[in-house]
Amino acid sequence: MTATMSLVPFEDALATYDPVMGLEVHVELGTKTKMFCGCSTELGAEPNSQTCPTCLGMPGSLPVVNAIGVESAIKIGLALNCEIAEWCRFARKNYFYPDMPKNFQTSQYDEPIAFNGHLDVQMEDGEIFRVEIERAHMEEDTGKSLHVGGATGRIHGASHSLLDYNRAGIPLIEIVTKPIEGAGARAPEVAKAYVAELRELIKALGVSEARMEMGQMRCDVNLSLRPHGRAEFGTRSETKNVNSLRSVERAARFEIQRHAAVLDGGGTILQETRHFHEEDGSTTSGRIKDNAEDYRYFPEPDLVPVAPAREWVEELRAGLPELPRVRRNRLREEWGVSEHDMQSILNAGAIDLIVATIEAGAPADQARKWWMGELARHANESGRALDEQPITPAQVARIAALVAAGDLNDKLARQVIEGVLAGEGDPDTVVDKRGLKVVSDEGALGTAVDEAIAANAAVADKIRAGKVAAAGALVGAVMKATRGQADAARVRELILEKLGAEG
Amino acid sequence: MTDHSKSDHSASDHSASDISTSDITRLTAAGIAERIASGDLTAVEVTEAHLARIEAVDEKINAFLHVDREGALAQARAVDEKRAAGEPLGPLAGVPVALKDIFTTEGVPTTVGSKILEGWLPPYDATLTKRLKAADVVILGKTNMDEFAMGSSTENSAYGPTANPWDLTRVPGGSGGGSSASLASYQAPLAIGTDTGGSIRQPAALTGTVGVKPTYGGVSRYGMVAFSSSLDQGGPCARTVLDAALLHEAIAGHDPLDSTSIDAPVPPVVEAARNGSVAGMRVGVVKQFRGEGYQAGVVQRFDESVELLRGLGAEIVELDCPSFDLGLAAYYLIAPSECSSNLARFDAMRYGLRVGDDGTRSAEDVTALTREAGFGDEVKRRIILGTYALSSGYYDAYYGSAQKVRTLITRDFEKAFEQVDVIVSPTTPTTAFPIGERADDPMAMYLADLCTIPTNLAGNAAMSLPCGLAPEDGLPVGLQIIAPAMKDDRLYKVGAAVEAAFVEKWGHPLLEEAPSL
Repeated sequence: MTATMSLVPFEDALATYDPVMGLEVHVELGTKTKMFCGCSTELGAEPNSQTCPTCLGMPGSLPVVNAIGVESAIKIGLALNCEIAEWCRFARKNYFYPDMPKNFQTSQYDEPIAFNGHLDVQMEDGEIFRVEIERAHMEEDTGKSLHVGGATGRIHGASHSLLDYNRAGIPLIEIVTKPIEGAGARAPEVAKAYVAELRELIKALGVSEARMEMGQMRCDVNLSLRPHGRAEFGTRSETKNVNSLRSVERAARFEIQRHAAVLDGGGTILQETRHFHEEDGSTTSGRIKDNAEDYRYFPEPDLVPVAPAREWVEELRAGLPELPRVRRNRLREEWGVSEHDMQSILNAGAIDLIVATIEAGAPADQARKWWMGELARHANESGRALDEQPITPAQVARIAALVAAGDLNDKLARQVIEGVLAGEGDPDTVVDKRGLKVVSDEGALGTAVDEAIAANAAVADKIRAGKVAAAGALVGAVMKATRGQADAARVRELILEKLGAEG
Repeated sequence: MTDHSKSDHSASDHSASDISTSDITRLTAAGIAERIASGDLTAVEVTEAHLARIEAVDEKINAFLHVDREGALAQARAVDEKRAAGEPLGPLAGVPVALKDIFTTEGVPTTVGSKILEGWLPPYDATLTKRLKAADVVILGKTNMDEFAMGSSTENSAYGPTANPWDLTRVPGGSGGGSSASLASYQAPLAIGTDTGGSIRQPAALTGTVGVKPTYGGVSRYGMVAFSSSLDQGGPCARTVLDAALLHEAIAGHDPLDSTSIDAPVPPVVEAARNGSVAGMRVGVVKQFRGEGYQAGVVQRFDESVELLRGLGAEIVELDCPSFDLGLAAYYLIAPSECSSNLARFDAMRYGLRVGDDGTRSAEDVTALTREAGFGDEVKRRIILGTYALSSGYYDAYYGSAQKVRTLITRDFEKAFEQVDVIVSPTTPTTAFPIGERADDPMAMYLADLCTIPTNLAGNAAMSLPCGLAPEDGLPVGLQIIAPAMKDDRLYKVGAAVEAAFVEKWGHPLLEEAPSL
């Protein structure tokens, strides 16, 4: 580690400096076709199978704007409380990279489709922080380079590179905040909460699935420090492609500590891009961004200006869904949970699943309990997102119903969930196949209780003498004898009944 | 001129036609179409006659970079089969065309006159190519041009210059010198050009042929390799005004693949060409289109043309368009700027030439070596100019100012067209210059487009047609007619009247005065 990598403890950094952040988020839209041609955007296809002369930048090819892309951009702009341009143009951002077919990116420059907005984000303690939005603009994604033969997967040391242009031309919306000031020690949390809120918003609008782990939403964290009381900003670093909520928070935190160390040591911060490392939460130097970097932007002459009719914009505004924060507050009250619990539900990506489970007939507390408990644990263990597990809200609702009817106890229900996740079928099938019904035959249960009392005479005497708490040992024995397939509450009732004790 | 009967055609045994090969190649496109429709000629005979002519004379001219013999004959056979089956034929069915090598042709080489695309076989047809095929126009091959359409002489082609059929030591103009020379040497009755600053009209003027730059957006640019996207416009070239109109109609019209293509009906160009008249029209003469640098014989023939128009019943109106003097300067900022971006894609990664890829060099080095070898001097010059003009700190002074000039020129045209129906001018300040004369003097070369550039900047329509030979050198002079955007039909109405009057005056089309090859 070089000297520049030494860190100042977070609290110490904040005692001296005031962090200023700028967040740039790229969202891949979920349109069926690319931004400027008719190629499919489906993920996972054979490399270069979803290409055409236009997205390969073949000589003579021309772009045509995807109307759904524009509509999605306007929806995002409206949901971020932005003004929508009455007239705007695309621009060419000229730079070279082998995975960019035309060697310019069709983007927007000084005429973004949406600008001057804000997004209110809620901290874990319920406090609202307003993040000002500078702009949201439309652009196209690049292809992907795969560097082969090196140790790191980066271009250095690679023997050759493979290019896949399937992603080239997929619509992107870039959302840029104004400088976020005044967050102080909460800056990392604000960054995370902002990206989380934005992700929820994008999902609610239905314009993208916004899966960060799949690169559908990518965040750049720009950060600088200035001594308390100074107005002008310090030099910023740009940490690129920070692709999870947790990483956004960690990257901001790391950069605050790193900047503080450099500044405390009398050094200067380089304006550079930095890579974030998931393993240890650190960042390392990327490319120096001096002022020589010149994209030679100019209006894209191959496309006509975009001039969304005001009636259309108002129509889109009227059709916006309930915004996530508003919806969350409503659900929180309906479900009767704390801010903190709601935050956990949000972080787990469980809101929509719980809503769907409730809609399928489960009580709110049951729906919440299963998704945030057993299913969250499974998701965590399998490394999958909660909603990527092979179980549906309807199936969870059915399990809850079986528990409510007394056909399953919690322990059995967990086994049913396991069976469903293992692909053994729907809950009823798993119950049948695994023979997981609660033993509700009173005769059989009575016999098991009698046997337990006979085998544990000393305990039985205590209970008869009034030590009701001792009943647990007998319940355990019965449950063991029935291999868990008994309703523990009923077993306890029977024990107390037979021993003439009052529960 | 009848000594070409030793061609393939003499061996073919079909048709009652007694028209010789050389006679066939001297027919107009309309004349050919009529004879094919009536059965006097077959499309195969017509195609073979032109292929034979190409074989006989193109060694001297170098109009074609690639002759698609098999493709052309296959298209011709299909036309003959259609006719035999009684299917209706389009107005240009079976008529051959020479296609500028800037339009993509699926599976047929498309080089744009550059080494950097040597060997590239495009995977797709340009919209214009598709429309030609759909109209059963037979594509003979791809014509020579200044590399990436950057030039006014065709000397910037990576594949050698094209000679002017009027004088083989002189240039045919450019960038579309191959297309115009193919017409003037009877290798094709129709040709396609592209016009960014005059590349259709200037070669037409220098070869005594007709060339039209349609309104920007009138003909799809999809599949036309871009030089300067906001200026480039494909259009028809022919030996007569009517032929140009027929070709114009075949290639024009809205294309959903080109966002800048105009979604409106094609102006009635053929009808206009069949009903030439200037009676009662107001014709503007712009005072900025004369003076220093204009050859005396060019000015003389232009003045005679104005008198001819007056004699035909036109009212002549003097116009002042001061911004036109800035046109050349604005053009040489806008066009290079756009080209610097458009040509960035030629990086040796996906198609065309690749130099130095020996497994040891980086992608960056291979790109640099390929460009060094693959781009000619003029292309490099314009890429550098454009890169500079767009760079931060210079953008406002160069690209930004040029765009303002563009707006002023557009306004001057708008004001002018409040007073007149069309504007006329010389197409070029001089007649064809000797090969090599301006090759090392870019500024002299750029002046060749002085009169044509304002139209590209404003996006309206213009035509060049022959108006006589300059007395001092006996070379053709072009008359330019300029119309407002989407009024392309006016070019043909005026052009047809002027053409008819001149032919009557001369007793024959001007091209008949060209030396035989």
